[in-house]
Amino acid sequence: MSITTSVPNPSSASRDQVILEVRGLRKYFPVRGGVLNRQVAAVQAVDDVSFTVRRGETLGIVGESGCGKSTTARLLIRLLEPDDGSVLFDGQIVGAAGGISVRGMRRHMQMVFQDSYSSLNPRLPVEETIAFGPMVHGTGRSEARRRARDLLAKVGLEPDLFIRRYPHELSGGQRQRINIARALALEPRIVLLDEAVSALDKSVEAQVLNLLIDLKGDFDLTYVFISHDLNVVQYVSDRVLVMYLGKVVEIGDVEAVYGNPHHPYTRALLSAMPSMDPDRRSHEPPLTGDPPNLINPPSGCRFRTRCVYAESVCATKVPELYAEPAETDHQTACHMMIPGSGHSAAPAA
Amino acid sequence: MSQSAIDRADAATPPEVDAAQVALVSRGYWSSVLQRVWRDKVTIACGLVVLLIVLSAVFAGLLAPFDPYKTSMIQRLKPIGDGGFILGTDELGRDMLSRLLHGGRLSLFMGITPVINALIIGGLLGVVAGFVGGRINMAIMRTVDVFYAFPSVLLAIAISGALGAGLVNAIVSLTVVFVPPIARVTESVTTQVRTLDYVEAARASGARTFTVIRVHVLSNVLGPVFIYATSLISVSIILAAGLSFLGLGVEPPEAEWGLMLNTLRQSIWVSPWVSALPGVMIFATSLSFNLLSDGLRSAMDVRL
Amino acid sequence: MIAYIVRRILYVIPIALGVTVFIFSLVHLAPGDPLSAVVAPDAPKEVVEQLKRDYGFDKPLPLQYVIWLGRAVTGDFGISVATGRDVTSELGPAILNTMLLAVAATLVGFSFGCLLGGIAGYFQGRSLDKLATGIAVAGISVPHYWLGLVLVIIFSVELNALPAMGMGPGGSRAWAWDAAHMRHLILPVITLSVIPMGIITRTVRATVAEIRNQEFVQALEAKGLRKHQVLRHIAKNAAPTVLAVMGLQLGYLLGGSILVETVFSWPGTGFLMNDAIFRRDIPLLQGAILVLALFFVALNLLVDVVQTAIDPRMRRN
Repeated sequence: MSITTSVPNPSSASRDQVILEVRGLRKYFPVRGGVLNRQVAAVQAVDDVSFTVRRGETLGIVGESGCGKSTTARLLIRLLEPDDGSVLFDGQIVGAAGGISVRGMRRHMQMVFQDSYSSLNPRLPVEETIAFGPMVHGTGRSEARRRARDLLAKVGLEPDLFIRRYPHELSGGQRQRINIARALALEPRIVLLDEAVSALDKSVEAQVLNLLIDLKGDFDLTYVFISHDLNVVQYVSDRVLVMYLGKVVEIGDVEAVYGNPHHPYTRALLSAMPSMDPDRRSHEPPLTGDPPNLINPPSGCRFRTRCVYAESVCATKVPELYAEPAETDHQTACHMMIPGSGHSAAPAA
Repeated sequence: MSQSAIDRADAATPPEVDAAQVALVSRGYWSSVLQRVWRDKVTIACGLVVLLIVLSAVFAGLLAPFDPYKTSMIQRLKPIGDGGFILGTDELGRDMLSRLLHGGRLSLFMGITPVINALIIGGLLGVVAGFVGGRINMAIMRTVDVFYAFPSVLLAIAISGALGAGLVNAIVSLTVVFVPPIARVTESVTTQVRTLDYVEAARASGARTFTVIRVHVLSNVLGPVFIYATSLISVSIILAAGLSFLGLGVEPPEAEWGLMLNTLRQSIWVSPWVSALPGVMIFATSLSFNLLSDGLRSAMDVRL
Repeated sequence: MIAYIVRRILYVIPIALGVTVFIFSLVHLAPGDPLSAVVAPDAPKEVVEQLKRDYGFDKPLPLQYVIWLGRAVTGDFGISVATGRDVTSELGPAILNTMLLAVAATLVGFSFGCLLGGIAGYFQGRSLDKLATGIAVAGISVPHYWLGLVLVIIFSVELNALPAMGMGPGGSRAWAWDAAHMRHLILPVITLSVIPMGIITRTVRATVAEIRNQEFVQALEAKGLRKHQVLRHIAKNAAPTVLAVMGLQLGYLLGGSILVETVFSWPGTGFLMNDAIFRRDIPLLQGAILVLALFFVALNLLVDVVQTAIDPRMRRN
């Protein structure tokens, strides 16, 4: 048996082709200190993150605060420069010679931010905000405005009433719809949703989520949906990626990950989900302690300090993503899964 | 409606009714500022006073009853109301009212021009430093800090002392005094705005840096900077007149409020209240500008 | 904490050097031959040549700067062109006289500022607030040199109650803490104190109002804490900011006293500088500006460090 790499074989899947591929993404933020303000350490926000996004799916990315999900999103859209690794859009490397330029990539990939208010320029009316993107890429003013009106209608806002409004005159839900319209104005193929509904009241959140699902169908979009809310991710995603402390710990179809989680962290996360269903009572050992420091993460498997199954091999070797041959789409980065890893619970090699 | 009330209303209504919720016509940002200013009586009053002072300076030629340069040794130091001179005469027999009106021109010019110059120069420096960051930011801001290390009066005097008296020299000197604070405020605001999500979103839509600055950063930076600059006008007027008071600004026989205070100083024992008149103008002008800029700041600062 | 202080000091050094460079270059900014600035116009030729070598005007500019700076550090600012005495002996007593004025004015301004600002902040929005704020705004907007004149008119010319000029009997080098001298102090100090009073009123008002509106104070009041205890609490929280502002105002007064000193002929650094400007006494002018500017820089540093030490929020580990 061989250890599958993090790039699943496309032909083995019954889905469409890969639209976005992330390889070994790394981002460290320098920490300065001392008398001369030199770099003394680094926050290892994203460390060797690899995954793929398939055309037409919704990939959910979950994890606790500080696990690196938002940083990953920003790396994808190049608002941050990666220290290492590459992003491939439609098979072409972003930002490299011979590949696709960053500006070109941004025609196809857009982002909706968490804070609906600070995402909108307070001085611009709604129409200008939405029309900005298309105009930047060469669309004429009247055409851009027409598109803005169309999109306002598509996101459920009456164009005549909202076109000249300013952000401070709108509610959170309305603003987030504008943000979505803005993202769609460029006719992207992928939309990154970074905690896009997290700041909304629950009922508004439901409306916007349903809007997102409808739009995905209407515009044939691919979503990367980042959230810390496990329920929302389950509702919206086809596949799910779990991150912990800057690393990917589990990827797989939603049913597989939620129904049969392999990684101890995933299991603990899911068991902590509040539920009204008495049958979903958890038997998992709870997560103890606070997440350790990103500046000095634990060696080997980063989760080992909070894992009840940790053994010495977990401190010495970094677990790679591994999928059992029976379910090649469900990968886990845990020594207990990898045959011959040295962990007492691992299957024989 | 408060923000939370709007949010609750949005959650309660189903999407179709959503849009009909607020029936009022959308107001622009500036018209809402004007609305707030209109309700503030003190600010309106100060605005009128400033307008009055400015107009009287502009039309001094028409309004002044006498020639401000015409001296007459017999008419020296006449008290208020004496002999057709509504506000008396100065130590060289010139009509005070005419001199005050004409003096407004130079005093206002010397007060406002440096602030405008500093707004352009300091604003440019601040935006560049704030947006580009890194080494350039350090270079610009450290240099600015050197000038900031002086108390303003001292700096103005040092430069004017070196350059010598004269209108242009005084304006140069005051411009240098006001560039550092404006540059600092601009840099600070630009740095804040630069990290806001909507600027990131603009970058994410593929716009080039210059376009992002032009459309998204400038309009949000200039507002606060402009308000700050207007608050500097009152200081500038006092400082400019102060320079003339020391003999470092406008030179005789020009009419200018600070210079008039200087030349009339010896006469306070003989004609005290006439000698104090130019200062009343400086005070009134400065106070009005101050209150006006305060009012504008309150109107623009209301949490949107 | 120590690291912070060291970092602040290191940061200040290039600024201070920049200040000295700027002051040095002022001379060369001025129109005319810099040599004429240090030499009396009727000096004999040998003296002129000697001074040329002494001041190093024949040497390249950066070297001149270093020589000048080296001398300045040891307290040698050269010879005053006007009086022939060395600059340091002129500056010394002048600085003391200005200090006297500035410190007194800061204390007076601080006291009234705290009083007015405290009232305004505590009764925020009501008529007392408007009154106190109005006084503060007037204080900031008034040209203080004019205010000095008006006070002289009222108290010297009309009422003949207080002297109009000077530091008192005995001239510029003899100060005593007696009634005869204090009478000379009153008007200048009041004049100078008006601007710091205005600024401190604003600062105190803002700080008091902000703290008072914070939830923890309202919680304390709800718990039944008595008025004076609440006040003490507010004072403790407001102290760092207010002290910082006060320190800065002292610095401004030291540097900006020239106008008031001119009005009252108070023999301080401002008066000296005024004189120096008109006699084109560059060594004296340079020396005075240098001392005052560096003092201001040092004062800023001190205020910064003390504020960090007092305010727990600003302390870093």
